[in-house]
Amino acid sequence: MFDTVKLNTDQTIFQKLQNMGWGLIILICVLACIGFTALYSAAQGNFDPWASKQIVRFLVGLVGLFIIALVDIKIWYRLTYPIFIVGFISLIIVEIMGHTGMGAQRWINLGFIQLQPSEFMKIAVVMSLARYFHAAGQDDMKSFKFLIPSLVFILLPVGLVLLQPDLGTSLMIVMAGITMIFLAGAPIWIFLVGAAASAASLPVAWYFMHSYQKQRVMTFLNPESDPLGAGYHITQSKIALGSGGIEGKGFLEGSQSRLNFLPEKQTDFIFTLWAEEWGLMGGIFLLVIIALILLYGIIISMNCRHAFGRLLAMGLVVNFSLYVFINIAMVMGLIPVVGAPLPLVSYGGTSMLAALVGFGLILSCNIHRDSKLPRMQ
Amino acid sequence: MNNQDERSKSFSRRTFVVGACQGLALAVLGGRLAWLQLAEGGRYKTLSDKNRINIKMVAPSRGEIVDRFGVPLAINNQNFRILMVPEQVDDVDKSLGKLARFIDLDDRKIQKVIKASKKSASFIPLEVTDNLNWSEVAKVEVNLADLPGVSIDEGEIRNYPFGYPTGHLVGYVRSVSQNDLDGDPLLTLPGFKIGKTGIEKSYDKKLRGEAGNKQMEVNVRGREVRELENNSSLNGQRLSLSIDAELQVYCQQILAQHKSASAVVMDAYTGAVYALVSHPSFDPNIFTKSISAEQWEELVSNPAFPLNNKAVGGQYPPGSTFKMITALAALEGGYATPNTTVRCKGRYEFGKDKYHCWKLSGHGTMSVVSALMRSCDTYFYELATEIGIDNISAMARKFGLGQKYGFDLPEERAGLLPTKKWKEERVGQVWRPGDTIISSIGQGYILSTPLQLAVMMSRLINGGIAVDPWLVGYMDDKKVYPDKWPKMDVSQKNLDLVKVGMDRVVNAKDGTAYDSRIEEEGFEFGGKTGTAQVKKINRAERARGIMNEDLSWKYRHHALFVGYAPLNNPRYVVSVVVEHGGGGSAVAAPLAKEILLETQKRNPALSDIKLTNVIEKPENNV
Repeated sequence: MFDTVKLNTDQTIFQKLQNMGWGLIILICVLACIGFTALYSAAQGNFDPWASKQIVRFLVGLVGLFIIALVDIKIWYRLTYPIFIVGFISLIIVEIMGHTGMGAQRWINLGFIQLQPSEFMKIAVVMSLARYFHAAGQDDMKSFKFLIPSLVFILLPVGLVLLQPDLGTSLMIVMAGITMIFLAGAPIWIFLVGAAASAASLPVAWYFMHSYQKQRVMTFLNPESDPLGAGYHITQSKIALGSGGIEGKGFLEGSQSRLNFLPEKQTDFIFTLWAEEWGLMGGIFLLVIIALILLYGIIISMNCRHAFGRLLAMGLVVNFSLYVFINIAMVMGLIPVVGAPLPLVSYGGTSMLAALVGFGLILSCNIHRDSKLPRMQ
Repeated sequence: MNNQDERSKSFSRRTFVVGACQGLALAVLGGRLAWLQLAEGGRYKTLSDKNRINIKMVAPSRGEIVDRFGVPLAINNQNFRILMVPEQVDDVDKSLGKLARFIDLDDRKIQKVIKASKKSASFIPLEVTDNLNWSEVAKVEVNLADLPGVSIDEGEIRNYPFGYPTGHLVGYVRSVSQNDLDGDPLLTLPGFKIGKTGIEKSYDKKLRGEAGNKQMEVNVRGREVRELENNSSLNGQRLSLSIDAELQVYCQQILAQHKSASAVVMDAYTGAVYALVSHPSFDPNIFTKSISAEQWEELVSNPAFPLNNKAVGGQYPPGSTFKMITALAALEGGYATPNTTVRCKGRYEFGKDKYHCWKLSGHGTMSVVSALMRSCDTYFYELATEIGIDNISAMARKFGLGQKYGFDLPEERAGLLPTKKWKEERVGQVWRPGDTIISSIGQGYILSTPLQLAVMMSRLINGGIAVDPWLVGYMDDKKVYPDKWPKMDVSQKNLDLVKVGMDRVVNAKDGTAYDSRIEEEGFEFGGKTGTAQVKKINRAERARGIMNEDLSWKYRHHALFVGYAPLNNPRYVVSVVVEHGGGGSAVAAPLAKEILLETQKRNPALSDIKLTNVIEKPENNV
C-alpha cells in the first residue's frame, strides 16, 4: 500500500501566498478587531491591561498562522502523531505539577507563557483523527473494530482533561471527535446507539460531577433561584444583553460591563459586553462574521483533494464553531456556564494562539489542497 | 478510485449536514439575541438601570422664619454630621470604637447607632453624631481612609437666634418619629427634622420644601462613578411673620416678673399679632441638638409648664374682662339702656342664693359705664337673668370667644362658651339661673384664651370689624394674610358706650386700673381688669378670715387685663393673663401698661412687613 506519490512541492512561496485564502485572513482580522474594541471598552477606554496585550498576541499569532499555513501539509501529516504524544504528555504534566488557576489545574507554565495544553490537545485530536481516517477505506468505516482506535484518540485526552477537571473542554473534544467520526463516514447506527448509551449514563455522570459543576447545571436550569449567588453571572449577562437593545448603549457606554456588574467581562463574557454596547446590530454583525468564517472553512474543506485535508479542515471548523456556540449560548443563558472563551475575541493567550494555529492548519489545507498524500497506515 | 469518489460524496453529504447544523446553531443564537434585545429589551433595560443608578435624595434647605422687619427667628446653620452605612462597614461596633478615638462619642450614642443599625436596612446611612466642630471634622476627614462606610455629611441645623422668647411662637424641629411619616420621602432621610410645635409645626410642609434627587451611577460595590442627573431640591418657603421680635423679647421680660403669665399684642384693625408671649418659656435650640435627660425632666416637672403655650392654649375664665360682652348683650338685646341703673349693695340675691359683688360694701347706683369702670358685679348679675345665657354666649361668640380661628399656631384652643343645650348635653344637668349670673361676670363654665381676649378687645374698639388674628404675612413673596374682614352687626353707639367705660377703667379716678394709667400725653390707654376665681372661698373659710392671697399658689386668682391704645385712636390691643397672680388691677394692669407703652413707642403698625432680608436688628427707637 506504500505508494509514494510524487509530491506536489512545486508551488513557490508566492504561489502559496496567492493560494492562501486571504478572505479568511481578513475575516479573522475583523473578528480579532471586534475583540480589541471590546477589550478596550472593558478597561474603561484603555488599551491597558487587556487590549494592548491582545493585539501583540494576535500579531505574534498571525505570524505563526502564516508559518503554519505555508508549511507543507505532508509535514503536518507526518508530525500528527508526535504532536498528539507531546500534547498528551503535557496534559499529564499539568495533571502532575500543573499550576492551579481558577480552582482547576489547566495551566502549564513554560516560563515565558502559561499554556493550557488542553487547548492544543483539541487540535491534536482533530489532526490525529484526520490522519487515522485518511487511510481508511469505505469498508473500514463499516467495521466497528476499525473505529475503536479513533475512540482511543478521543477518550485518552478526555479522561485527562476531566481529571483537571474541565468538563467544558472534555465535552468539546468529545463532540469534535464524534463529528469527525461522522464526517469520516461511520455508519449512522453507531451514533444512535451512542446517543442512547450516553443518555443512559447521564445519572452516572451526575454522580461523578464536582459540586460546582452540579451547581452550574442547577443554576442554568433556574438562574433566578439564586440571583446573587451562582445565577448571578447568567442574570447579569442577560440584563446586559437585553438592555443593549437594537442599537446598543454605544461604545464605552455599556454600564453593566463597565461598572463590574458583569463578571469575567474580558474573557468569557466578552460577547455580552460587545452586544451591550453595540446592540443587536453589533451582535448580528459578529455572528455574520463567524458564519462567513465557518462557510469559508467548509469551502476549503470541500475543495481539498485529500481526505486528511478535508477532515482536518472540517474538524478544525467544527472545533472553532463549538467554541463559538458554547460561549455565546452560555452568555445568553441557553446552556450552563462552562467557561469557554470566544475564540479570537476573548482575552487570553492560549485560546488566541490555539485559534490561530487552527486557522493556520486550515489555510495550509487550502494552500496544499492538491497535494498528494500517502495512504498508509 | 470509485471508492474514493464514493467517500468524497459521503463526506460532502455529511459536511453539508454538519454545516447545516452550524447554520442552524448560528440562527438560534441570532434569534436568542434578538429575543433578549428586542422582545425583552425594555425589561432588561429597567433592570440594568436599577443595577447602576443609585438615586440619592437631596434635602432642601428649610425655609427661614423672620419677623416683620426681616429679623431672623429661625435660620439654618451649617452642620457637619457623621454618617455610617452599615452595609459598607465590616463591624459596626469596631468602626464606632475607631470613630470614638477622633471625636467625642459617648456610650449612649454608640448604643443608639448599634440599635438603629439592627433595625433599618443596611444600606440606609445612619447618623452617628452631628454638630461637629471644625477640628473634629478635620480629624475624621484625615482618617476617612481607615473608616470604610463612614462619611462626613455637610447638612444644616436649625437655629433660633432669639431662643427663649420665641420658643412657643416659632416652635422647634426634631427628628421624625414613626407617626410623622406622611409619604414624603424626605422624612426618611437620616437625621431629617420636622416641626414639632409652633410655626415650625403648622407650616412644616411649606418650610420643608421638596426633595431633589441626584442620580449617581454606581458600580457593583455601590461606589459612585459619576453623576447622571441632578434634580435640585426646592427649598422651603421663607415665612415673614407679623411679629416684632424686639417687642416679643420685651414682653417676655415684662412677664418674667411673675411665675406664669402670658400676653398677646395685636393690631385691632388688621389682626396682625405683634407679640405672643408665654412665660416661662424654653430655648428651642436645645431640641435641635440632643436634649439631655435633666433638661427634659426640668421642663416637664416645672409646675408652670414651660412647654405649654398659654397665650393660645391656656384656657381661663375671663372674669371681669367679660363684662363688656354682658353689657353689649344687654344693650343690643334691649335689656338695658345707657341710662339703666342698678343699685349695688355688695350682693345680689336670687331666690335663696346670694351672689357677692367683689366690693362687699357695695358700689351704690351703677349705670353700664360706671359698672364697667368700677367693675361692679351686681349690675351684671341683675341684668344676666333677663338676658339669658344663650344671648350672652352668642354675643361672646360674635366677639371671638369660644372658637378657634384656624390660627397659625397648632396649640390654639377653643375655650368654652356654655349654652343651656351644652350644659344638658355635656354636664347632664339643667342650666340654672345661677349659672347665668356667674357667667355674666366671666366665671363659671366660660373659658377663654389670652389670644381670644385680645381678639375680643380688637373687635370691641375697631368699630365692630370681625378681625381674626394671624402671624404669617408672607410665604416667600406671596401675601397670605387676609385683609378683608366682615363687619359685625353691633351698633356703634353701644360700642362707643362700652369704650367710654373702658376708658374710665384706666383714666378715671375711680377706675379699677387708674394706678396703671399712662400719663405721657398721646400714649394713654383704656382697658378692663379681670380677676378670675380659681377656687371658691367657702363660707367657713371666709368666716375664718381666709383671703385668696393666703391660699397656695395654684388656688389663687388669675389676674387678667385687656387693653387698647392709643386711647382716642386705638390701634394696639393687649391681653395679659397672670396665672394665679391675684387681682387684675394690681397685677395684670401694670404689665399691660408697660407693654402698651412700649408697643406704641415701637409702633410696629407703621411699617408693612418687610420682605427684604434684614441682617441687622432694627434699632429700638420710634
